[in-house]
Amino acid sequence: MMSYELIGISVLWLFLYGYLIVASIDFGAGFFAFYARLTKQDRLINRLISRYLSPVWEITNVFFVFFYIGIIGFFPDSAYYYGSALLVPGSIAVILIAIRGSFYAFENYGSKNNIVYLFLYGATGLLIPASLSVALTLSEGGFITKQGGTVALDYWALFTSPLSWCIVGLAIVSVLFISGSFLTFYASRAEDHAALKLMRSYALFWSTPTIIAALTAFIYLSQHNERHFQNMMDLGWLLAMSVGFFMIAIWLLYSGRRYGLAFICVMLQFFCAFFAYGIGQYPYILDPYITIQSSATSPSMGIALVVAFIGGLCLLIPSLILVFRLFLFDADYVKGKK
Amino acid sequence: MSIDTVLWSKLVTGMTLGFHAIFATLGVGVPLMIAIAEFIGIRKKNPHYILMAKRWSRGFVISVAVGVVTGTAISLQLALVWPHFMKLAGNVIALPLFMEVFAFFFEAIFLGIYLYTWERFKNPYIHWLLTIPVVTGAGMSAVFITTVNGFMNQPAGFAMEAGQFTAVDPVQAMLNTATFSKVFHVLSSAYMTGAALLSGIAAFTMLKKGVSAYHKKALKLMMAVVLLFGLLNTLAGDVSAKFLAEHQPEKLAAAEWHFETESGADLVLLGWLNAEHEIIGALHLPKFLSFLAFGDFNAKVTGLEEFPTDERPPLLVHYLFDLMAGIGFMLLAISLLYFLFVFWKKRNELNKWMLRVIALGAPLAFLGVELGWFYAEIGRQPWIIRGYMRVEEAATTSPSVKILFFLFLLLYIVLGIVCVLVLRRLFNNNPAEAEMEKWVKPARNETAEKGGHA
Repeated sequence: MMSYELIGISVLWLFLYGYLIVASIDFGAGFFAFYARLTKQDRLINRLISRYLSPVWEITNVFFVFFYIGIIGFFPDSAYYYGSALLVPGSIAVILIAIRGSFYAFENYGSKNNIVYLFLYGATGLLIPASLSVALTLSEGGFITKQGGTVALDYWALFTSPLSWCIVGLAIVSVLFISGSFLTFYASRAEDHAALKLMRSYALFWSTPTIIAALTAFIYLSQHNERHFQNMMDLGWLLAMSVGFFMIAIWLLYSGRRYGLAFICVMLQFFCAFFAYGIGQYPYILDPYITIQSSATSPSMGIALVVAFIGGLCLLIPSLILVFRLFLFDADYVKGKK
Repeated sequence: MSIDTVLWSKLVTGMTLGFHAIFATLGVGVPLMIAIAEFIGIRKKNPHYILMAKRWSRGFVISVAVGVVTGTAISLQLALVWPHFMKLAGNVIALPLFMEVFAFFFEAIFLGIYLYTWERFKNPYIHWLLTIPVVTGAGMSAVFITTVNGFMNQPAGFAMEAGQFTAVDPVQAMLNTATFSKVFHVLSSAYMTGAALLSGIAAFTMLKKGVSAYHKKALKLMMAVVLLFGLLNTLAGDVSAKFLAEHQPEKLAAAEWHFETESGADLVLLGWLNAEHEIIGALHLPKFLSFLAFGDFNAKVTGLEEFPTDERPPLLVHYLFDLMAGIGFMLLAISLLYFLFVFWKKRNELNKWMLRVIALGAPLAFLGVELGWFYAEIGRQPWIIRGYMRVEEAATTSPSVKILFFLFLLLYIVLGIVCVLVLRRLFNNNPAEAEMEKWVKPARNETAEKGGHA
């Protein structure tokens, strides 16, 4: 049997992956909505975007809180180290999330067509992934220092590290690529040809930067954390699959068919890469201070959390299926007839 | 560790909680009102009530957005500002925090469905059924979070070994002795406040624009809810006082300025303290504190003298407590007076003064909630986990927390102002009567008749 801390980290990593996908769609959609307004193409796509986002925006936010609560529940030490080190970047992310969530609601349910609200919504969509990706950079080690009883973040090391900038860049372009390919699929379902054309061009445009940023980050990782890099090289088949799915997705998008399958390939591309990254980092949560075994919560709490998690899923999965049936996969709703 | 950093940590958390409490209370209270209004509307086939549910849910979703983001802020601040607290208590309180997220997730999903499916079901009760997961999800979130607050007051479900909590029983930690009275008080006050807000809005609109059938019905319905939960809330307050007297006597004693342990203790209302810590200018209700604490006028009530000086809560909480309790009784009295006028035919329950008082009840209710939370938090000082960890041991050591205070302050000011502006624009540009006209033209004659009867 797997130990509960391993179950815990696997489930949490899966949740973080879920957040990566739904939040990227959401963040990117916000940026595209703003960009389309600036270039006066908003009539083409904004209705499509708001139709998708309106019912699901809160769900996105919950994915994030879920991951966060889960990680401090299973591994309380991580709250201490990351909490102390991330006070400033974490608070900035909180403020950005707050601005984004509320201004989305203000724009969407309150005063429509307010360009300032839309700007805040679009800009934060790119800044949030940038600020959150700092946590991934920190986990590589070398940025958090511990002197006596005080944990602190070495800002100079962080800002001068090419790895951290590569990860920020990768976060931003991946958001735009994932979002673009999802909205392409959504537009094709809605049979909205003008929006489809525009979204397809966005998706194709952001595909190349995504793969370049990923490769660059990988190279800098090899210089920064040799152990992590070697572990990932041992999982080379996963990385190869990731690249394979990427190629299929691009080919489908380029040849203009099977957009649903294309988006699934994008999801699988990120799934393979994300898990290769995660498994490669095992057993560390924060190199070199926290490992999964050293920081795990007590068994009784671990089991209680797993039970609560299974119970919660039994409640949530049927509800999520209901949402998807009512909004995402109900062709009439997607086309705007309901 | 500098005192300054601790102070700023307290301030940033207090500010976030104070701001979040407004929206959290709305988030728990208002869904029940929406559910009640829609149910009555379907039963009576009266479009006014359906319109209430629609309009309230439209305003509600904006406040939910602010509630969600400030809730996210406070949950992250737990680790960012209080890393030592999370390190020590994380493996005990993680379960309720985790379940709270589930409950909220559940609520968010069904709220999304509810908002976008008004005309999608043939049987209107199916749409109404969607309010049940929203109301329970919101209520359960409050329950789970309140168990965490209960734990901070009455830690249970672990053994202390070498500075660590071991032998953790998370369920027992959730069912600590503070949980029941706290949950009861939080829920009853949230429902009362939600209803007080909506009746206050109805009264305010009628003061400005004259009486209308829609607002008259809204007012009556919501005053009934205020009355019901006002009574329950008084009971919850009583249960809470009795809990404190038994399990956390220093908190009650500080709130009552009860310094010496004695039998037949007086209840002290307001007043102030002189340099020798003597109470001046207060109203004394003989033996009432004993009655409040134990239901017996001669019972012995523990005084503050029995606690070391550095473990006593600040005496300021006396005012927070008195004002909170005063507001609770005032809201109950307002709703009683209103129904007295309704049933006593000679009086018009919609007279100017009655409406003014009801309108004033809305901000008062929120003030009451704020005072109650500040009493709950300041009354626990100097502890963050009573008996185990003091507040200054839990705070971050990073001095940046001072700058963050101002950043968050700016954020809340902007969010607060824009939220009010958006809500005003949303409802002022679209008054209920105009919306009614647009929405139910064919059924208008029927409605007018029914409105006359109500």
